[in-house]
Amino acid sequence: MVNTNPFSAMFGRSPFQPLLAHIVKANECADQLLPFFEASLQGDWQKASEYRENVTRLEHEADELKTDLRLNLPSTMFLPVSRSDLLDLISVQDKIANKVRDITGIMLGRKMRVPDALAEPMRDYMITSVACVAQARQALEELKDLLESGFGRNVSDVMQNMIRELHTLEHKADGQQVAIRRQLFDLESELPPVDVIFLYKIIDWVGELSDRAERVGSRLQILTAR
Amino acid sequence: MLIIAQHSEIFIILACLFGFFMAWGVGANDVANAMGTSVGSKAITIKQAIIIAVVFEFLGAWLAGGEVTATIRGGIIDPVLLAQRPEMLVYGMLSALLAAAIWLLIASAKGWPVSTTHSIVGAIVGFGAVGLGMEAVAWPKVGQIASSWVVSPLLAGTIGFVLFKSVHHLIFESRDPFAAAKRYVPGYVFLVGFIVAMVTLTKGLKHIGLDLSFGQSLLLSIVLGLAIMGLGMVMERRVKYVRDAEDHFGYANVERVFGVLMIFTACAMAFAHGSNDVANAVGPLAAVISVVRSEGVIDSAALVPWWVLVLGGGGIVAGLVTYGHKVIATVGTGITELTPSRGFAATLAAATTVVLASGTGLPISTTHTLVGAVLGVGLARGMAALNLRVIGTIVMSWLITLPAGAGLAILFFFMFKGMFG
Repeated sequence: MVNTNPFSAMFGRSPFQPLLAHIVKANECADQLLPFFEASLQGDWQKASEYRENVTRLEHEADELKTDLRLNLPSTMFLPVSRSDLLDLISVQDKIANKVRDITGIMLGRKMRVPDALAEPMRDYMITSVACVAQARQALEELKDLLESGFGRNVSDVMQNMIRELHTLEHKADGQQVAIRRQLFDLESELPPVDVIFLYKIIDWVGELSDRAERVGSRLQILTAR
Repeated sequence: MLIIAQHSEIFIILACLFGFFMAWGVGANDVANAMGTSVGSKAITIKQAIIIAVVFEFLGAWLAGGEVTATIRGGIIDPVLLAQRPEMLVYGMLSALLAAAIWLLIASAKGWPVSTTHSIVGAIVGFGAVGLGMEAVAWPKVGQIASSWVVSPLLAGTIGFVLFKSVHHLIFESRDPFAAAKRYVPGYVFLVGFIVAMVTLTKGLKHIGLDLSFGQSLLLSIVLGLAIMGLGMVMERRVKYVRDAEDHFGYANVERVFGVLMIFTACAMAFAHGSNDVANAVGPLAAVISVVRSEGVIDSAALVPWWVLVLGGGGIVAGLVTYGHKVIATVGTGITELTPSRGFAATLAAATTVVLASGTGLPISTTHTLVGAVLGVGLARGMAALNLRVIGTIVMSWLITLPAGAGLAILFFFMFKGMFG
């Protein structure tokens, strides 16, 4: 007799579940970066291209989640947070996956091998950047509790602390970036100029990865600070 | 007079049939709205929901259903104007019942969110205005009912907002939410018991011969509230803290304490729904019976015979058991966004509003009240996502249901008039 009940129809699909799923994908995507980098150091391009394929797949899945979320957020939806902040957050999140794709793409395409002298600091630098993404994901996961508690002060404090930690990590990545650039500058004369240009580019992009992770944190702050 | 005496048995049988049909529709459809929040938040299972609904819908209909029934029976059509032609009232009420029940069936089959209350009020106003003349309708009363359609969601929304904010402030914001939940939830249980007991005692029990003064009712309600609170505390003690790495603050455990509370609010909601919505079926039935019994004398003050309320309650239960459980299952599994704490705030707000309205004799729509309550909790930043388009659909259903119920009622009115003369 009844096919749609007005009451159950009232509860729209919560956008927070796909939001969390999306950052998980972005984080998994970023996690591919370190093994990819190790493979590139070894010159194992077969293996590197496998990681690159993982990145492309995960980036694609993240894209689908993003589109899904945008389409499922019609203007008639009533949410506890601002809709525009939510849409901003998902696009900032999405850029994380995009950046990982760019980094791996250019490194694989040009078969780039970071000079041995730079390998160690570069690895640390990437670890910090990827850790930023993981931290952003953790902070976002607090959102579930925050919703559960009707935006309670306790949870919001936890989230603020996580975002502060994220900021510290990003700061650390910045410092590492400066150090690597200085080292690369010293090596510049011994390396082919075109390679140097692209090395600078990769260094830049890894920095952008942490920047974007931090931006997820600040978006999250805006989203919940009302 | 002659007509009524001639066909008295047929009239009563028809009224009982149509009344039962209408009550069946109420049970099949509306009960799902009342129980959906409780099932949806996984506080109770569908089986438990049906048992609660059967018992408390029936109790609500029987114990507290009298007041609204009186409004439906004698408040909308001015009975004095019908003193000369009481058979018109019989035709009218029969056609109103049939019209509302059929409209309910059509709308349900199409999946439109109509209100049983709107159907019956629209039908009564319809036959009154067209069949008897505009002056037969008590327009101030109709206006009052119409205003309640705005007021009741607003009131429920406000109560829902305040309740959720209080839960938020007292429990979720505290350093140890689980301990705070255990401390404050009995207070909410008391509130549930007190409100239901108060309205039942002050307004509902006249027809079973229990007449208490306001002071006596207040005292008895407090005692009953405390008794129910005690029961709640016993049940609450069985909820043990379960540690979970994912859950820093123990909110999952808090929700389990609220699960206990949801059982009480589900009872209250079923009770409130029974007390208010049974009138939709029973009001016109009671009107027919009192006219036929008194052989044409229209007495608006006569008490509703107790077995009529039992018949209405039985109809609701029948609808619930034969069909309603499916709807509850759909609604219940559809609402995954609802946690017990939110469900509690929304349901208690709606139940309080409906119970208050039953006490004052206003027929209001349970669906709309509940929608208002859910919106109120949503405004308190409680709900993750609400679809506002559905609110629009519901408003549309208000506009459609009145003329539809009225039109059908007019049709049946002239049919009965032609059949019986």
